[in-house]
Amino acid sequence: MQRLTRRDMVRRSMLVVAGTALAGQTAVATANASPQSPHAPRAADVPTAFDETYLGRHIEGWPAEGGHGGHTGHGGTDGHGLVEFVVRIDNDDLHVMQNADGTWISVIDHYETHPTPRDVARAAVRDLNGASLVPLAV
Amino acid sequence: MADRKNQADLSAAEKRNFIDAVIALKRQGRYDEFITTHNAFIMSDTDDGERTGHRSPSFLPWHRRFLLQFERALQSVNPSVMLPYWDWTVDRSPSSSLWADTFLGGDGRSGDGRVTSGPFAFGGGNWPMNIRVDGRTFLRRALGVGTRELPTRAEVDAVLAMPTYDAAPWNSRSDGFRNNVEGWRGPNLHNRVHVWVGGQMTSGASPNDPVFWLHHCFIDKLWADWQRLHPSSGYVPVSAPRNVIGLRDTMKPWNDVTPEDMLDHTKFYTYL
Repeated sequence: MQRLTRRDMVRRSMLVVAGTALAGQTAVATANASPQSPHAPRAADVPTAFDETYLGRHIEGWPAEGGHGGHTGHGGTDGHGLVEFVVRIDNDDLHVMQNADGTWISVIDHYETHPTPRDVARAAVRDLNGASLVPLAV
Repeated sequence: MADRKNQADLSAAEKRNFIDAVIALKRQGRYDEFITTHNAFIMSDTDDGERTGHRSPSFLPWHRRFLLQFERALQSVNPSVMLPYWDWTVDRSPSSSLWADTFLGGDGRSGDGRVTSGPFAFGGGNWPMNIRVDGRTFLRRALGVGTRELPTRAEVDAVLAMPTYDAAPWNSRSDGFRNNVEGWRGPNLHNRVHVWVGGQMTSGASPNDPVFWLHHCFIDKLWADWQRLHPSSGYVPVSAPRNVIGLRDTMKPWNDVTPEDMLDHTKFYTYL
């Protein structure tokens, strides 16, 4: 039995919240965990871990355990083994996501892509302007 | 039939009624439910997993349904209120009347980006940031800072000319009208406007800024415009692979509405 990945847990908790918020009792959103095996990661495509101080904030990131694409399953047309990455700013999780073209976005800066998780973390630090992240609801 | 108008054409009373209804929903706690839902889909819609609200063919029908629900909530406060749209190809300046103190309020101040004028300014007490991704409790904007220029009419027309609605792999790498209007490809229409406004509009909790609704109302109008230009091109995929919403598949979080149900907006409203 495959463990739920971090992204599955985010999906499960967030969609339950969403279903409760707008659809009331009739909608029960369910997670889409798959028994399929994750695709093997392509090492060259996985960004390197980082740990640095940027504009006075401690940013760090590393590939998520078991967090390579395919865990929610794909029909063979959309998946290219997207990478999951943990990114933290001063020890708080920043929700990040890889796009199908290999670029990255975060929940802080969702409509503009960045080349690497480190760039996403730095962009979030600039946007935060000293503010703290609100921890993920997982 | 009720009309959705260009925000620039609203009367002073129409602007006031819209703002008052938005603030009433906020006070009732109903506004924040829309922010929660939007952020949930932003965080869970992925290019290689389930994707309904964003980066997928159902981006347009999902947001059409989302806006309809918001508009009906506004109408429960004042039945005369309709969503207005912001044509950012025309009203493309921070000095546009859109940002007047009698409507959405102005740009954020330098330093912390706080909006200090208009009905949603923190100091007015009407607009707390209850659903947020960071610790800041005030509405922020940075008009034209994240990107200098809003999309032009020529860029919009180039996207409207695309004959195909969407294409495999049905995500942010796709060719076609949907992905070009969403902005992951091509001249970048929808995404760029979020970045141009700045502040909460760049985050998953973007409905914290009421301009979200006026922006998405224009995106919704562009879909209607595209349909009129390409009457023989329909929503695709009709039959979808896993994780993608096909024409007759129901969409979360409602589970009782399909893209097909959303194709004809004139059942609900018309655009002036």
